[in-house]
Amino acid sequence: MDPKDGSSTKPAWAEEFSVYAAEDAYVQRRQFTKFLVMTSAAMVAGNAWIWLKAVTAEERTEWPEAVVARASEIAPGTVRFFSYPGPHDPCILVRRTNGEFTAFSQKCTHLSCAVYYAAARDRLECPCHEGYFSAANGRVLQGPPPRPLPQIRMEQRGDDLVAVGLVHGEGE
Amino acid sequence: MAARGTAMNGFEFFVDPSRCIGCRACMAACAECDTHRGVSMIHVDYIDRPNSIATTPMVCMHCVEPTCALVCPADAIKQGEDGIVRSALKPRCIACSNCVLACPFGIPTVHIGPELMMKCDMCYDRTSAGLRPMCATVCPSQALTFGPPEVIARQRLAVATNEFRFGREHVKTKVFMMAPASEPVIAVNVEDYMERGDDGPEGWIVDETRLG
Repeated sequence: MDPKDGSSTKPAWAEEFSVYAAEDAYVQRRQFTKFLVMTSAAMVAGNAWIWLKAVTAEERTEWPEAVVARASEIAPGTVRFFSYPGPHDPCILVRRTNGEFTAFSQKCTHLSCAVYYAAARDRLECPCHEGYFSAANGRVLQGPPPRPLPQIRMEQRGDDLVAVGLVHGEGE
Repeated sequence: MAARGTAMNGFEFFVDPSRCIGCRACMAACAECDTHRGVSMIHVDYIDRPNSIATTPMVCMHCVEPTCALVCPADAIKQGEDGIVRSALKPRCIACSNCVLACPFGIPTVHIGPELMMKCDMCYDRTSAGLRPMCATVCPSQALTFGPPEVIARQRLAVATNEFRFGREHVKTKVFMMAPASEPVIAVNVEDYMERGDDGPEGWIVDETRLG
């Protein structure tokens, strides 16, 4: 019954879930060390797995093409929303105040809030935590986002604006 | 574990059935407690109802090895370092009644509404602060007494014992029962309340007509 007595003949579960409050709360140094080692090992293994996945990941080269808008229908300083490359990947097509077309994933790289285009300041802004992105290339201008916005490569064919690929920005 | 059973300034709890007058003041006092208002965690038993008006208050005896806790499948019943076996922990209790069936003294009760086993916890909120348990403060005949063992030994003819035998089961408790000096161990022969079935020694069955 004495938890410090190593000669106990009780099964492990009976000591772990003891009837006696003191014994129930008692943690052996060996148990605590085991817990530390096991959790550390689990974290090392998890990080190694993430690192391996990142190292072995292949760059995606095949992208679908999608006509997302007609250039003549978008006035400078306004936007169109579309999904690319899949139906659940919200994107924002911006006609900047200087007339140039750019397109980005609409999910902020911080916590995936939807960014919007602030025409007066010619930049993409995330309302959640005041993260600002350049409307020219998606680079982070300020705030908590760790990476630039993924940019959608656009081509203009006649009047059609066609999404032809996605470029992930590198971290700062 | 030296601390177990030695708390409370050396005071111990004594139950003396021969002094009980059946007034149920203890039950009323118990039910007044803020932690379980309206519900008494102790009860008064008739010992032999058809033949006698004798009663006895039944508080938890706080076994040294609590059977109720040992059989709890949800790990809900704990014995504190003061030796007091607590009521079931509300987040854990599944109201399965295992403890009710296992207790040799018939103490725990399962309350269907809150789905919780509640039993006497010797008012450990009071006793740990130097107060006596509610029931012991109100008992007019001191059938329930909380005090120093040497004082009890001086004042009473009966002898305090805390060992019980139920058939082959031997139980030692924190709470003392006042018994005749001739019986240092209170033995209840379970077989007295049973009759033998047809299939040999394993076939004991309870004769409910003899339970009273």
